[in-house]
Amino acid sequence: MTAEESAALSSTVVPPPEAETPVSPPQGITRGIGSRLSRGAVHITLIIIAIFWLIPGFGLLITSLRPLEAFGQSGWWNVFTEPSELTVSNYANLLGDADLIGSMFTTLLIAIPSTVLPVLFAAAAGYALAWIPFRGRDALFLVVVALLVVPLQMALIPAFSVFRTVGLSGIPSIWLFHTAFGLPFAIFLMRNYYVTIPGSLIEAARIDGANEGTIFFRIMLPLGFPAIAALLIFQFTWTFNDLLVALVFAGSEQPITLFLRNRLGEFSTGIDVIAPGVFIAAVIPLAIFFIFQKHFEAGLLGGSAK
Amino acid sequence: MKRRGWVALVFLAPALLVLGALVVWPALKTGYDSLFDRFGQEFVGLDNYQEMFRFDRMRTAIFNSFIWVVAFPLVVTTVGLALAVLSDKVSWKRAFRLIIFIPAAIAILSSGIIWRVMYEADPGRGVLNALANIPISIVRPAGDLAGAGPSTDTLVVADDGSLAASVDVGSDGAVVQLGLLRLTEAELPEGATEAVAPTIGGSGTVVGVVWRDTRPGDNEKGVVEPDELGVPGVSVVLVDGSGNQVAETITDSDGTFALEGIPSGSYQAAIAGSEFREPWGGIIWLGKDLITYSAMFAGLWVWGGFALLIIAAGLASLPRDTLEAARVDGANEWQVFRHVTVPQLSPVLIVVFIALTINALKMFDLIVGIAPGSVQDDANVIALEMWRTAFTGIGNRGLGSAIAVFLFILILPILLFNIRRFTISEQER
Repeated sequence: MTAEESAALSSTVVPPPEAETPVSPPQGITRGIGSRLSRGAVHITLIIIAIFWLIPGFGLLITSLRPLEAFGQSGWWNVFTEPSELTVSNYANLLGDADLIGSMFTTLLIAIPSTVLPVLFAAAAGYALAWIPFRGRDALFLVVVALLVVPLQMALIPAFSVFRTVGLSGIPSIWLFHTAFGLPFAIFLMRNYYVTIPGSLIEAARIDGANEGTIFFRIMLPLGFPAIAALLIFQFTWTFNDLLVALVFAGSEQPITLFLRNRLGEFSTGIDVIAPGVFIAAVIPLAIFFIFQKHFEAGLLGGSAK
Repeated sequence: MKRRGWVALVFLAPALLVLGALVVWPALKTGYDSLFDRFGQEFVGLDNYQEMFRFDRMRTAIFNSFIWVVAFPLVVTTVGLALAVLSDKVSWKRAFRLIIFIPAAIAILSSGIIWRVMYEADPGRGVLNALANIPISIVRPAGDLAGAGPSTDTLVVADDGSLAASVDVGSDGAVVQLGLLRLTEAELPEGATEAVAPTIGGSGTVVGVVWRDTRPGDNEKGVVEPDELGVPGVSVVLVDGSGNQVAETITDSDGTFALEGIPSGSYQAAIAGSEFREPWGGIIWLGKDLITYSAMFAGLWVWGGFALLIIAAGLASLPRDTLEAARVDGANEWQVFRHVTVPQLSPVLIVVFIALTINALKMFDLIVGIAPGSVQDDANVIALEMWRTAFTGIGNRGLGSAIAVFLFILILPILLFNIRRFTISEQER
């Protein structure tokens, strides 16, 4: 059982992307020529679309490598005729900026616990919902399904007041809030993954005298790894890139999204900070995306219910 | 099997505690708060819900969110479907899908910033307008005299931008002076030399000069003075009283021109409006009229990969034999797509459509990133206005809560649909 499959189950309709099989329809000779022509058109269309999809990001990347004055004078494609414009000085300046370095650190400080806590809690809850019978279990799971789509705006104001009342602020308050709103999906995914594990395995362990704690830590956590990995990557990217929760709760400890947002007021005069800032902010999520592609997609596939 | 409520509770406790304290209870509290004033002190009944539909910012937000919900899921699902089906036909589908999916990995705020640069209005700086400017500059090129205007009010600028002076051609011809201002030296065509004041040329001859009626230091308008440069290469036409063009010529390097064989009478000596035509200013993508649609297009860039990925996964799971059967029966590709692929994919399309609808309603980061400060009000959406009302300025807790509840009510049908869908799939299990 792969993560993809688990995610597929969780959205109840989506099969693993790996299951793709090449199309090779048997065709007559005349159709072969026509389809070869149209196949060429498909290739060209897709290449154009792919280039179009890459241009915006490429444009900002070049923008980040040009001096501030150049931004006001010409488009980024000017570097094709004037490559001497390219400079890394924006990055050099930014990496010497204590605010930016601090905000990257803050982002990680926010994202890591905001990822680990809900996944851990959800693995435990998912196991209980899947394999420990108790009264009202199905109803409780339906509540989780309902909570999947509750917009976090519904909780912002009271949560803000409560945190202030109990003296919790900044980063720890963000951990808790992200945990809360990451949980419904995480529980949903873990429970749906765990119900697919053969019951005989758990029964056998119980007959052998293993208690629920042992079963959970020794069997369920390792077995749940594919789903857990997908969740970790999905939730990490989510919390790393978050803006709204940080805007409300972060206070003076600002993650990178807030660092960028606070500079948008002077867009054309601050582009030498904003453009490289966008790329510095994107390095970690992009690296994770490319390294853990399959898990990432699996999390997203499951996340279609969110 | 014996029930073990206590054991289950141990496993569920952390999740239930957090969910209860930070989702369920606050959500209920938000409903309660929405019935109170901005400080949460005085009970105001449903006043906040009425107020919500009254103030301009929120009305714009509701209108824009409506556009988002109606158009965004449909557009993105359609594009996702098209890309999934098309990319399924090529061997490099994996690479293609990866490229389309990249924007989903980075912060949505960053995507907004990326598109804000794409949408720069100046065709010299924004990609989209630069592309649009290629055909436009061929069909309607900017004039050589763009920005220039008459130096005296004896010259009349018509609605079409042309500039004209009245000329009365008598027995010894006529002289006409077309002085221009707001023309920098750099804008003058190559080879411009000092302007020469024309002298009357005799019967049937109209002589004149087009010149830059300014120079460093003192100068008198309407008079050709030393150091003032002629404007070469300007097309000058002579038009009679009924609007017919009588003659046309081009100015010399010193700005002078001469027309011969002109019968006596009243004419207009004119420089065509196209000479003064400004360079195309570009579409104001991020202006108040287009901002929502521009943001939505950026949204397609962000979420297109998501739609593509899920639909492609669904496509891969379709039984190929029905497709083949349809093809063998003589159906063309469009018929196969329309009558076999789409119906079979409909559960997946619904999943994507619903997810995108929720995203459209919760749209926030993209607007913050893409809309310049001056048009944030025009780009406003419900989720953004909720934050602005509750957390910026003095903050209005009651009204902010009411907006949050309104947002929830809009999502409620999806919540109920999900529960129903899930209950059914559990029964089938």
